[in-house]
Amino acid sequence: MSEFLQQVVNGLSLGSIYALIALGYTMVYGILKLINFAHGEVFMMGAYAGYYSAGWLGVNGYEAAGRGFPLLLALVVLCFAMGSMALLGVTIEALAYRPVRSAPRLTPLITAIGVSLFLQNAAMLVFSPNPRRYPAILSEVRFEVGGVIVTNIKLAIFVVAMVLMVGLYLLVNRSWTGRAMRALSMNADAARLMGIDVNATIRATFAIGSALAAAGGILFGLDQITINPLMGVLTGLKAFVAAVLGGIGNIPGALIGGLLIGLAEQLTAGYISPDYRDAITFVILILMLLVKPEGLLGVVRQEKV
Amino acid sequence: MRRLPSSSSPSQAPSPGSTRRRFLLGAGPLLAAAWTGLGGFACKDSKPSGSSGGSSTPNAPTSNEIVVGHYGSLTGNTAHFGQDTDKAVRLAIDEVNAAGGLLGKQVRLVTLDDRGDSAEAANAVTRLIDVEKVVAIIGEVASSLSLAGGRVAQRRQVPMISPSSTNPKVTQVGDYIFRVCFLDPFQGKVMADFAHDTLKFTRVGILRDVKNDYSIGLADAFKAAFTARGGTIPVEQSYSAGDTDFSAQITAIKAADVQGLYVPGYYSEVGTIARTAQRLGLKVPLMGGDGWDAPDLFKIGGDALDGSFYSNHFAPDAATAKSQKFVRDFKAKYGQEPTGLGALGYDAAGVLFEAIRASGKTDPAGIREALTHVKNFEGVSGTISINANRDADKSAVIVAIEGGKGKYRATVSP
Amino acid sequence: MSASGLDHAAPVAPPAAPPPVPPLPDPPARPRWALRALVALGIIGALAALRIALEAVLIEYAQRILMLAGINVILAVSLNLINGTTGQFSIGHAGFMAIGAYAAAFLGTHLAPAVAALLGSGALADAVTFNLALVLGALFAGLSGLCVGLPSLRLRGDYLAIVTLGFGEIIRISFNNAQFLGAATGYFGDSPAGLPPYTNLFWVLLWVVIVILITWNITFSQTGRSLAAIREDEIAAEAMATPTTRLKVLAFSLSAAGAGIAGGLFAHMQAGIRPEDFKFDKSIDMIVMIIVGGLGSVSGAALGGVFVAVSLELMRDLHEYRLVLYALLLIGIMLVRPQGILGTRELPSLLGGLWQRLAARGTAKNASSGGAER
Repeated sequence: MSEFLQQVVNGLSLGSIYALIALGYTMVYGILKLINFAHGEVFMMGAYAGYYSAGWLGVNGYEAAGRGFPLLLALVVLCFAMGSMALLGVTIEALAYRPVRSAPRLTPLITAIGVSLFLQNAAMLVFSPNPRRYPAILSEVRFEVGGVIVTNIKLAIFVVAMVLMVGLYLLVNRSWTGRAMRALSMNADAARLMGIDVNATIRATFAIGSALAAAGGILFGLDQITINPLMGVLTGLKAFVAAVLGGIGNIPGALIGGLLIGLAEQLTAGYISPDYRDAITFVILILMLLVKPEGLLGVVRQEKV
Repeated sequence: MRRLPSSSSPSQAPSPGSTRRRFLLGAGPLLAAAWTGLGGFACKDSKPSGSSGGSSTPNAPTSNEIVVGHYGSLTGNTAHFGQDTDKAVRLAIDEVNAAGGLLGKQVRLVTLDDRGDSAEAANAVTRLIDVEKVVAIIGEVASSLSLAGGRVAQRRQVPMISPSSTNPKVTQVGDYIFRVCFLDPFQGKVMADFAHDTLKFTRVGILRDVKNDYSIGLADAFKAAFTARGGTIPVEQSYSAGDTDFSAQITAIKAADVQGLYVPGYYSEVGTIARTAQRLGLKVPLMGGDGWDAPDLFKIGGDALDGSFYSNHFAPDAATAKSQKFVRDFKAKYGQEPTGLGALGYDAAGVLFEAIRASGKTDPAGIREALTHVKNFEGVSGTISINANRDADKSAVIVAIEGGKGKYRATVSP
Repeated sequence: MSASGLDHAAPVAPPAAPPPVPPLPDPPARPRWALRALVALGIIGALAALRIALEAVLIEYAQRILMLAGINVILAVSLNLINGTTGQFSIGHAGFMAIGAYAAAFLGTHLAPAVAALLGSGALADAVTFNLALVLGALFAGLSGLCVGLPSLRLRGDYLAIVTLGFGEIIRISFNNAQFLGAATGYFGDSPAGLPPYTNLFWVLLWVVIVILITWNITFSQTGRSLAAIREDEIAAEAMATPTTRLKVLAFSLSAAGAGIAGGLFAHMQAGIRPEDFKFDKSIDMIVMIIVGGLGSVSGAALGGVFVAVSLELMRDLHEYRLVLYALLLIGIMLVRPQGILGTRELPSLLGGLWQRLAARGTAKNASSGGAER
């Protein structure tokens, strides 16, 4: 029983990271109808931004003393990574997506794959393909509850993911920017006619999505011990599947989808075979698309010509 | 749909009428142009075959040098393997050239990268033979790549020495393929014996990398030897190289209540596995093979690895005069400690030079013949005798990890 | 909206659909069987002669690159059928290549004794075994394409990309776990020396010609134009009573079968295969081939295939930068020339004068009406 609970705890913490990344996919897809393949790489770059900024702030000194950063410095690292990735997201949008926004659908998809490949391989050149051990931005504390081991990092992942998600929910539903985003996702041309600055809104979408991915990257690094330049590929895909599962364009849906994918993956690895942990995600995706293509919380939208 | 079906796509395809006939007519010149164009490229840097000695290309070996090829993964996920091997082979060649060369000739090394890809490995070996005209080849670390390259070398009858491919199949490719390291079955058995006899374990779990034939082979050998001695393997789990999350496997292993865990993977994942085990409260020693042998292992695993053991070709701290000199020279030249893979690369070159020196021959067939006679060659990774299967009869060492460093523990002979 | 996509029926729904419909082309004059057989024999003879000539002139290293180029051409031309002509984006094609490779290698190994018993051992038996293995490999790849395509091609285009990527990975993971196929070590038949090296320049060239012929004929048939209609506007195509899902699945399966042929040739050139040979990188290489050449152009895809094989070899010393350069190339081409270098045009039609002399009467008429679309 404690083994099962342990797998569930691990699955939920992995799932909340997926959920954070899924938000970026779901927002961009909702507005541009584009699978932003590079989003997984933004997540990876976010993890590296955290890695290097922690290094500059002297994490080694703290680590040598057997403890992590004080909370304030940890927040500085988090903010730096989120800010720099927001910038990266906006840059990618401006250079690779905006010029082909009105082209046939396939074109931005290919540029997205191109950007993703570029970031992966540039990262392998610059950071080396070897995995890096993630610095102890938070010092790890372990609790044991009825045979189940929970670390403060896993708790932090839950808390940070929930806080960011509630914040995003409020932003999208209560602010003018959020209202503009929702208008764009319903009908871009009508939104433009109503005086919405389409470019600015799309920029904001990319900035917010990328910042959330950066937060996911740092939490992932803390939780999974190492990071590497290819970590964004499968994680990004699974997060995308989480977004589809929950209903694309839907923020609570991304959370539910992320948690379900995380659980499914961990339980498959624990009770069927770890060899199929990645395959299960795609099986879920295909079943979902066949049975309920709009996702768990999605709304059916008629495709208009 | 928001977007109007835009785009004036330039669909000026040739009309559908009577395409069949037209194509047949059109295809000939098109294909011919494509192929001959390519042929021109391919011929540019080398003379057509026929090997009538007097080729004037810059790559052609001159009569006073011996050209040796090396292929390995210099880039990609296991770049570290190929780079370490290459550094050591270069060290060996520099030393031999500084001492006046072999049979009065200088030795020149040509290294090609195969990017860890088997088609590239076969390409690289073909190019070494055809374009660079090497007389012998050193390579690869990974067994599957040695197999791919070895098939070419065998067919073209150029001797190849694998420094560190431990899969038994490698030298079964043919009589031109040699190696200077021990084999997976031996290495797995060494650790099984050590776990059973020295550590007195009876219940050991296995965590293998299913993407990696090396890891599978070692795990199988360990399992066979350990159960033959009366031990049990209550839990077997697996992962794939590149995974970062091992908590599901460790949780399952912890539930099986084992005394030790055999993880015959590569260093890149073993460090993370050790720290996951520490975090999830699995407090048993880990055991592994020569794939652990890299500085990065300690960078990632840190104190979580203390108390673990791995089998290796060589331990830098317990060494003969010759291996101490190798460690010193390697550090002086490259500013880093050599790994076991480096030691084996150095020995592969050493065995090759020994064969050339002893036989006085520098042609591929002559070198092959001479290689079969190498006996009791004192290498830095142990004494090497090439046996009838063209494998090396060698001993293995057990390295214990203490305080973030590997320490020599025992030597096991076959 | 290209006019050539809508070859029959009056345009119905979409406001953007252009009304002018080109007249139906004259049915192609059918050459007689004897003539066809003669031409086929001529091609085989020419290829055999070409092989002998090339093998006499080229060192083995150059021959290897040529064979890899030929295999790439097969991959690119068949992938182009679904990605270029039909406009459905598959990015997991390495998986189908893997299925073809493993099926051909495994069946070839196990069929060889039976064929040898029937025909005696020798060149003929080898040729029969090899081609039987290739065809069976293609069949397996095509069938798995059908299985993957049926559920996923009902979906909108960009979901297909994710699903095919996922399937590519699942296929590779399955081979990794298949003990009877050697798992991670790979499969190389019964002997450690590997599979018999059946693949030579003749077989590669012959299959290149066969695959190009088949895809060419499909592309410029009624079916091909329906496929192009799906690419240009799926909803409009559906409104024209085009059975979109069925055609998409057909194109996808054929494309998978082509990749299977390439896989079989690759397996018998390498004398062994392992799951790692069919990584996602391989699928990306294929995408680069068709995008460089031109999405939707058969000859463009073929050129792209040659380009990738040659550039890989030329860039051996730039290895680390290869994928970075490929990525930049992808983005650059999409920004500057999204239809690829040739677009949907074919090389022969660009070869101007020579082409026109060879073209049949009806062609000139159609080409001009095609040019004056809209």
